[in-house]
Amino acid sequence: MWRRRGELKDSYDVVIVGGGSHGLAAAYYLAKEHGIGNVAVLEKSYIGSGAAGRNTTILRANYKTPEGARFYDASLKLYEGLGADLNFNLLFSQNGHLTLAHSDRAMFVMANRAEVNRINGIDSRLIQPDEIKRLAPAMQVDDPHAVYPIQGALYHPPGGVIRHDAVVWGLARGADRGGAELHPYTEVTGIERRNGSVEGVRTNRGTIKTKTVLNCTAGWSSIVSEMAGVELPITTHILQACVTEPLKPFLDVVIVSSQMHVYISQTDRGEVLMGAEIEPWTTYRMQGTLNFLQEVSRHALELFPQLERARILRSWAGLCDLSPDYSPILGRTEVEGFHVSSGWGTYGFKAAPIVGKTLAELVATGRTPDLIEPFALERFYEDRLVSELAAAAVSH
Amino acid sequence: MSYVLTCPNCGPREVTDFGFGGEVNPRPRSDPSERELGVYNYFRRNVAGVQREWWCHRSGCGAWFYAERDTRTNEVLLTELPEPAA
Repeated sequence: MWRRRGELKDSYDVVIVGGGSHGLAAAYYLAKEHGIGNVAVLEKSYIGSGAAGRNTTILRANYKTPEGARFYDASLKLYEGLGADLNFNLLFSQNGHLTLAHSDRAMFVMANRAEVNRINGIDSRLIQPDEIKRLAPAMQVDDPHAVYPIQGALYHPPGGVIRHDAVVWGLARGADRGGAELHPYTEVTGIERRNGSVEGVRTNRGTIKTKTVLNCTAGWSSIVSEMAGVELPITTHILQACVTEPLKPFLDVVIVSSQMHVYISQTDRGEVLMGAEIEPWTTYRMQGTLNFLQEVSRHALELFPQLERARILRSWAGLCDLSPDYSPILGRTEVEGFHVSSGWGTYGFKAAPIVGKTLAELVATGRTPDLIEPFALERFYEDRLVSELAAAAVSH
Repeated sequence: MSYVLTCPNCGPREVTDFGFGGEVNPRPRSDPSERELGVYNYFRRNVAGVQREWWCHRSGCGAWFYAERDTRTNEVLLTELPEPAA
């Protein structure tokens, strides 16, 4: 898939910290669109070991702010062509995404989101329970005893699921073919600066010179940024997910309920994949809780009581880098040459291709692309937030 | 990983009993600049290590208290009530 590399070179044009979907996408687009191949991707564990291999594989673009909607829509469109670009089957199933509304207030918010989406050319609309039943016939839609009755849903036909490991492998192979060196088990221990500019990167395998560093480390963003003297408005939390044993196919759309804090899809292998909200307290310990399994099972059973006897096959946790406004932090910092892709909370995987493309453009041209200008770190110094709370907090 | 915190009033309880109030960060000087206010409102150290933080015993006595917790292990090293305001 990608070449095993020897020792680190003395210097690189660009050093990318983090061998996940964002770091690999940046390396891929640097080579593909800008001919920059003298790039090292440093990963402290194995390639794709962090959030890239732990997310629930859901892609969508139906965000609430125009800035967010445009950005994620550009990402979704890149994902649509990514399998062909990489010549690698990413198993992308665009079978639609439903965000359930259980209250009048939720219906109002969904209608608002549908309008923002429509104005920005994104296929997204409010639907009634009869259409929900047609799209998800296995789901219990009109249970008169439901704790959270289903009043409607925001329907986003181009949303769906993609094989997350394939995205990692395809991007890694593409980056490798473009000339980037992938160095797993290479941990960054320091970032050298002089006069406010990046000079080099210290690792457990030696020191390398570079003028450009991209911090693509999600839950570990604060730690790596602090090495460069850059403070971030980020807190790190665990997010958990689990799958049942494989069942016959019965669900091809993604079901999300913000109010019930659950999202459910069925994988190509037949497993029912369920996720929930982050834990409210910060932590770097990537271990799940029994409380999560209890809550996610309870809510999943309200929607799919037929899963009562399904057994949970495995569960896991990953680290999320939460920003105050639920929008990402992308691009330059006050240290020249040190760029970040952070603030991804629970939605980073959706953005991988557009992050790679826009950060590559920033590095190659020195200009911040318009699409990511609203997501600059400065907004937290100037109080210009881009609030995606309504559309990003749970709604994957 | 789930863990237990000791409420200074009520004793040890599961973490789900408590509300997390975030890391303790220094208040800005009076009449802060916009930047200082932004730093206070939004920026966090987010350390991998011992963190001093606010908790509230939401499902119990309702008291706000300090904890010192290692964010790498979730081990809670101490909990204590804040000094009463002068």
